[in-house]
Amino acid sequence: MANATMNSQVAGASSTVSFRHSFADRRTLGNSILTGLAVVLSLIAMFPLFSVLYMLLVKGAAMLSPTLFTELTPGAGMDGGGISNAIVGTLVVVLVATTLALPLGFMGAVYLAEYGGESRLATVVRFAAKVLTGLPSILAGVFAYALVVVTTGSFSALAGGAAMAILMVPTVMLTSESALRAVPAKMKMAAFGMGATRAQVVLKIVTPTAVPGILTGVMLALARAMGETAPLLFTALFSDYMFEGKISQPIASLSVLIYNFAGSPFEHQVALAWAASLVLVAIVLVLNVVAQIATRRPEEHG
Amino acid sequence: MADSTLKAPPGPDLSEAFRSSVSRPPTAWQKGFDVVFRNLAHAFGILVVLLLAGIVLEVMRHAGAAMGTYGLRFLTTSTWDANRADFGILPEILGTLYTSILALFIGGFLGITVALVLSQGFVPRRVELVLKNVIELLAAIPSVVYGLWGIFVLVPAVRGPSGWLNEHFGFFPLFSTRLSGPGILPASLVLSIMILPTVTAISREAMAAVPKRLASAAYGLGATRWEVIFRVVLPTSVGGIFGALVLGFGRALGETMALAMLVGNANVFGLSLFSPGNTLAALLANHFPEAGKVEVGALMYAAVVLMLITLTVNALGSFMMLRATRELKGLS
Amino acid sequence: MTMNVEEVSPSASVPKESGRVKSSKSAAQGVVAPGQVVMDCRIKTLHYGNFLAVRDTDIPIVTNEITAFIGPSGCGKSTVLRSLNRMNDFVNGFRFTGSVQYRGADIYAEGIDPVAVRRSIGMVFQQPNPFAMSIYKNVAFGLKLNGFKGDYAERIEKALRGAALWDEVKDKLHTSGLSLSGGQQQRLCIARAIAVEPDLLLMDEPCSALDPIATRRVEDLMLELKEKYTIAIVTHNLQQAQRVADKTAFLFVDTTAGGRTGYLIEYRPSAELFEDPREERTKAYIRGEFS
Repeated sequence: MANATMNSQVAGASSTVSFRHSFADRRTLGNSILTGLAVVLSLIAMFPLFSVLYMLLVKGAAMLSPTLFTELTPGAGMDGGGISNAIVGTLVVVLVATTLALPLGFMGAVYLAEYGGESRLATVVRFAAKVLTGLPSILAGVFAYALVVVTTGSFSALAGGAAMAILMVPTVMLTSESALRAVPAKMKMAAFGMGATRAQVVLKIVTPTAVPGILTGVMLALARAMGETAPLLFTALFSDYMFEGKISQPIASLSVLIYNFAGSPFEHQVALAWAASLVLVAIVLVLNVVAQIATRRPEEHG
Repeated sequence: MADSTLKAPPGPDLSEAFRSSVSRPPTAWQKGFDVVFRNLAHAFGILVVLLLAGIVLEVMRHAGAAMGTYGLRFLTTSTWDANRADFGILPEILGTLYTSILALFIGGFLGITVALVLSQGFVPRRVELVLKNVIELLAAIPSVVYGLWGIFVLVPAVRGPSGWLNEHFGFFPLFSTRLSGPGILPASLVLSIMILPTVTAISREAMAAVPKRLASAAYGLGATRWEVIFRVVLPTSVGGIFGALVLGFGRALGETMALAMLVGNANVFGLSLFSPGNTLAALLANHFPEAGKVEVGALMYAAVVLMLITLTVNALGSFMMLRATRELKGLS
Repeated sequence: MTMNVEEVSPSASVPKESGRVKSSKSAAQGVVAPGQVVMDCRIKTLHYGNFLAVRDTDIPIVTNEITAFIGPSGCGKSTVLRSLNRMNDFVNGFRFTGSVQYRGADIYAEGIDPVAVRRSIGMVFQQPNPFAMSIYKNVAFGLKLNGFKGDYAERIEKALRGAALWDEVKDKLHTSGLSLSGGQQQRLCIARAIAVEPDLLLMDEPCSALDPIATRRVEDLMLELKEKYTIAIVTHNLQQAQRVADKTAFLFVDTTAGGRTGYLIEYRPSAELFEDPREERTKAYIRGEFS
């Protein structure tokens, strides 16, 4: 950098100003310190993720073995066993939840994107969905408890699935609405021009074209739902037995297993909690990454 | 016309048109399905609203009896005894607010910093993208896994320094007790990790929405990067940042598992960072599974209080975001 | 710049041999013989909200002919075209006074199902808009919609040949329609429209996104199609109108009231309109004095 000096003609001053980058300049020094601080703080912010992943890999992987996936959860103080019932249980609850949440979320999105427009009702519906995204998950559990457990008289996978569905609906609905709206209007006009009814346009043209976006929303909702614990604590409860086809019974789940075993005085159960965490986080991360890739691919087509 | 008693169907007589082409008028089934589908879409839209209303009303209904029985004493007393039907959630209300405010300070500050790093060109675009993904993955980790990590990594790590602080600065209210295990501090730290992605994402959007020409003008006048940040970017995006903080606060208020596992579940409230405590959500998580009818009523009452607090804060946050985006639209 | 509206009365320049009197009687039975009016478009006023887009435009469209709409930008030619199959219904605030008589009835009358109207009228848009499906499914869409029970493969090949696209895509019928080039996509849209052999085909500047070779192909196609179908085309290409259209309608923009309102200046057989235009503005436009 050239060493340029300048004679300033400011009245009363006869200083020369240098353009060289120098830490002697207070402003430059301050700027660099703040930048350094910001970077350090950002690294601190990311540290927990790496620490968690590290612990999962070290402690969870230690328990990885075929029996982990084939055995049932052991009782207190017992050795051996696995987490098979918890894995199956999580999948069952999530399946129930998706069956309830997908139609409601999708048709709600169809309403918002294709029929509601800017009407007052559409604004209210969208506002309700946004409020529901912020609903504490435990309150979804409380509601499912009041609605299903109290009326049926028992804890059940169905109640757990209902609580999960409440948490999934807003995400599915709002992301599906975006996906439906993203379909180019000219494609819809082509179909209308051929004499298709609105239902036909929505089902034959808009929805198939929007499927990638809708799937992404469902995957994100699934990933979130799988990790939820609070709503299951008093709806699906837990079970040391494998799912046998009755969703009217309590059922195991990875998240409740982790919660139960985390505070256990028995080291073996704590180790199983780590293993279950590893499996759960692996599934959740895969879903998230796939969803992120899926949202990037449409840009290549465009 | 030969037979005037026959009413021709309304519309053009397309019989000849259709005769020489493949096209046909819409069938009765197609038209009927169109109507049914339209009504179904409307019905499901309304159903979402009913769901929200249903949740609020149903929880309040179940809490009604308890609200009548315990009245406002519920909010001001501190015992939780299921056998004597003596319930009070004051420590839980205070604990919820305290942990969330602490999380807001830590997570909010860190979140805004990360948002600045992500949006003000400190690092090349590719690094920005990687950072953004890392922060998103932070949000993907389930709360219960953070709780597990907190118990076995965070609490031991914090125990040493907290003991030191208690020894040397025990007079200061924040450090006045010893950390035995779970407590306010580890719980708040994990809570701040959990709200950080929310604060970062929304703040980053607010900062990115600041028109480039404002920053360019300041750079053109010779301002350093941080001067531009403090004098141009932050003031302009302050509406969105506040919205992000409020929404992050709302998330912290409703967070359950990490707190249930780390806050100590003691029905006390103390200002000390190292004392155990309790929150509304943790109370519900811990007591609901085994509660009898009487206790369930009290728990429903607590749920109503939690619901009111979170819904109010979230509504406020959404409203602030709406205003912030309107202001920014006016600028560009 | 004032304008004497009486001078420019639209009906003054409408060809007398449109056979309007005769057609209204047979149109009542829906039967239209060649040389007769299949669609009688009579627009009094057409508003989008408060904006008057088109006024006083009467264009009777004759069977088995190609009718072109030409005029400077903003003169409402696309708006008029879209009025013929009720596609303007999708624009917010659309209001219409007048009538569009199609095979014996006004398609804007009470109780008319626009979906039924659109079944027998095909439309090709300015921007190619194939569906996000395979080429095969794109062309088959109209067939399936109308419950066609015959040989799909045969019809699809016929349509693609008619749109001069068959040779280029016959080996990749199951690849996505979106993977074609712009010109090919537009020909795909034409194939899709003609697969159902519509009574009336509306084309809104169909060649504006095409290169000259593809344009020529499409124009040849139009001349072939006119033997079976009736075509109305909007174009800003005067040579194209001269080449393919039997009759041409020239619309202009009226800015006297402060807005931009389109209206019909003259409508005559193309040969007469281009060689011996009656109105000053038509002369000026054809000479290229404004666009």
